Amino acid sequence: MEIALSLASVTSKNNSSLIGSLKSYCRHFLFLKASSIAILILLSFSSAISLGSSASAAEEAATPTKLYGTISGKDGAPLPNIGVAVIGPEGFAKDVATDAEGKWEVEILTKGTFNLTINQDDLPDGQALTDPTKSTVRANVFMLGVDLRLLFPIGPGVAKASTLERSAQLAVDGLILGLIIGLAALGLSLIFGTTGLTNFAHGEILTFGGLLLYYLSAIIKLPVLVAAPIAVLLGAFISGFLQDRYLWKPLRKRGTGLIAMLVVSIGLAIFLRYFFLFLFGGDTRQLPQYAGQAGLEIGLVNITPKSILTTVIGIIFIILATFWLLRTRMGKASRAVSDNPALASASGIDVQKVIKAVWILGAGLATYAGVIVTVNQGVSFLMGQDMLLLIFAAVTLGGLGTANGALVGSLIIGLFVQLSTLFIPTELKYVGALIVLIIILVVRPQGILGKKERIG
Amino acid sequence: MDFLFIAQQTLSATIGVNTIIFALAAIGLNMHFGYTGLLNFGQAGFLAIGAYSVAVPVISFGIPLWIAFLIGIFNSVIFALLLGVPTLKLRADYLAIVTIAAAEIVRQIARSATFNEWLGGSDGITGKFGKDFFALNPFKSGLDTPILRFNANDLWVVITGWSLVAAITFVMWIMVNSPWGRVMRAIREDEDAVRSLGKNVYLYKMQSLIIGGVVGSMGGFVYALSRQSVQPDNYGTALTFFAYTVLILGGAARVFSPVVGAMIFWFLIVFIEQVLRQGVTNNVIPHWLIGINQVSQIRFMLMGLGLMALMIFRPQGIFGDKKELALDAKA
Repeated sequence: MEIALSLASVTSKNNSSLIGSLKSYCRHFLFLKASSIAILILLSFSSAISLGSSASAAEEAATPTKLYGTISGKDGAPLPNIGVAVIGPEGFAKDVATDAEGKWEVEILTKGTFNLTINQDDLPDGQALTDPTKSTVRANVFMLGVDLRLLFPIGPGVAKASTLERSAQLAVDGLILGLIIGLAALGLSLIFGTTGLTNFAHGEILTFGGLLLYYLSAIIKLPVLVAAPIAVLLGAFISGFLQDRYLWKPLRKRGTGLIAMLVVSIGLAIFLRYFFLFLFGGDTRQLPQYAGQAGLEIGLVNITPKSILTTVIGIIFIILATFWLLRTRMGKASRAVSDNPALASASGIDVQKVIKAVWILGAGLATYAGVIVTVNQGVSFLMGQDMLLLIFAAVTLGGLGTANGALVGSLIIGLFVQLSTLFIPTELKYVGALIVLIIILVVRPQGILGKKERIG
Repeated sequence: MDFLFIAQQTLSATIGVNTIIFALAAIGLNMHFGYTGLLNFGQAGFLAIGAYSVAVPVISFGIPLWIAFLIGIFNSVIFALLLGVPTLKLRADYLAIVTIAAAEIVRQIARSATFNEWLGGSDGITGKFGKDFFALNPFKSGLDTPILRFNANDLWVVITGWSLVAAITFVMWIMVNSPWGRVMRAIREDEDAVRSLGKNVYLYKMQSLIIGGVVGSMGGFVYALSRQSVQPDNYGTALTFFAYTVLILGGAARVFSPVVGAMIFWFLIVFIEQVLRQGVTNNVIPHWLIGINQVSQIRFMLMGLGLMALMIFRPQGIFGDKKELALDAKA
């Protein structure tokens, strides 16, 4: 049985909660046909209104409650054979361990408070609880039949690494995150600069790139080194050329306003996100190749070879893109269009062609950002959405519509997100980055490299 | 296929609790976006503040529910000030990015384990914080007719909720037709012109942000009370986006459009959901095409496409006036 709790949440996986509520209602109605009305009223009452309401006796006997969870390490990989001890009322005690996928579960049959303790000694080196004092979590079971998911947040071995080592590791992680954000932000910023579109569907280009790579490598069985370039080219063609040709270009021709286009991009993002969920399911999946690659110890830092390779290629892409912007005719034309489309058009620049080039370049870079994430952390349908706010933060921080500003903003956001975990809990790292964004906007609204005339 | 069941579910949802929540959220957005032209993408944050403000004081501090409502309104005013001070002088798209970030900050702090003790972490807060409210419920049994069905508590929420919506809509109607409302619309059309008439645009925008935010937080009250539970992940960006869909569906800058938009929105959602679901269970729709768990995804996909189509082909919405709102910002 599910609880009727929620409305519409994109972050909830597979089974979106709005539907969860409807489904539980439906189940009650089906139940009505088979049994008495009295039970139905009691049931829908207790589930729809309050968890604390008295549940029927019939329900207690029928449905055990499952306490469950997944223990995964700092890199998102599941950790097997980690012990969890469960202690509950009436002398209930049980020990379980995580399976190969890092999952554990305990079935309980009585209401009450349960204490679950993770065995910290089972954690491999370099992995530790983000807060070692919180090895025990408490679960209150109000009503049987309602499953509870419990989390033990694991981070990069707080207790086992020195501050210096942690800082170095986090700085490297931050630079890589900054690079991923930067690849995506460059395209977003260029598209904003040339067309004025604030594209809320930009994150979906990352997800699409990740999915392309996954399908090419896991289903068609191409080696990742072959699949990745194909994915980037396909991404640049489909998310860049085709998207602009068949969606945004006609809208520009119709004279659709900028805010209207922004809302269209939100609609597109919602559509694509759930389309990916429909095709792919709600799991995070790893590529079959290089999944469990061991890290290399380089100085103070532990880094995997695949991470080094994808990062180096990413840096090369950024350098090439910057060269394109600064040195080639087309790149210069794109900056002219950003500055003043009417003037650029009057001086003989083919604005539509520039926009096409910018879309293809931007989508290709964002697709490659999706490839980096997929190779190193796996792919899920929420991947792009999770990155989108950071991308926006980076672009705004650097100054909307300026390409080099977007890169600087990305590095700052990436480093800040990772390094802030030295001082604040890991789960709040994005909050820190977003607060910095707001503070910088107060002090310097045009962004770090933006020009003053751009603000309202 | 059980058409009577589909009809009952759909009609109950059309005037149901969710419709009230989205109507309130969209009335707030209508103030922001429809009348003042503020692109607030953080409405979910206002709802979250409202919802947590009724749950936390009652559960964690034993404060009476009626005072918790006042706390909620106070908190949403503070949140509006925090949002408004840095951003209202900036261009529309900056406001959009900052408000969406602020709403995410609220959600992530609410779901963090750090504040678990007060805010309940990612599981949120569940408990009988609304018992003072339900104690006033005069209905001993629910409504069960072939076309409408509510249990006793939902019936009470629906009746009080619609009274609230009616009252707020009336106040909105008076406000937007007052001289004050005309200044708001003038700001939307041309800020500089209003400024040159000696009006303090910044102050007017701030008033709009506060009023719309407080109405949104009332949507949060209804959300929390109706379920006696607050879940942080319900207040994600999707909630804001769907509130915008509701507003645009009805037509921005019309007093009744958020209400009508919310009714149409939920009518369509539940109708499509139920038809697909019945179609799949009765093998009218083949299983290889859509599994029963994928029905919700199809529905969200249709919502996304619907929002795009609406914006492209009828940006003024169903009842909106194209002259009233061209739906564009000065870039």
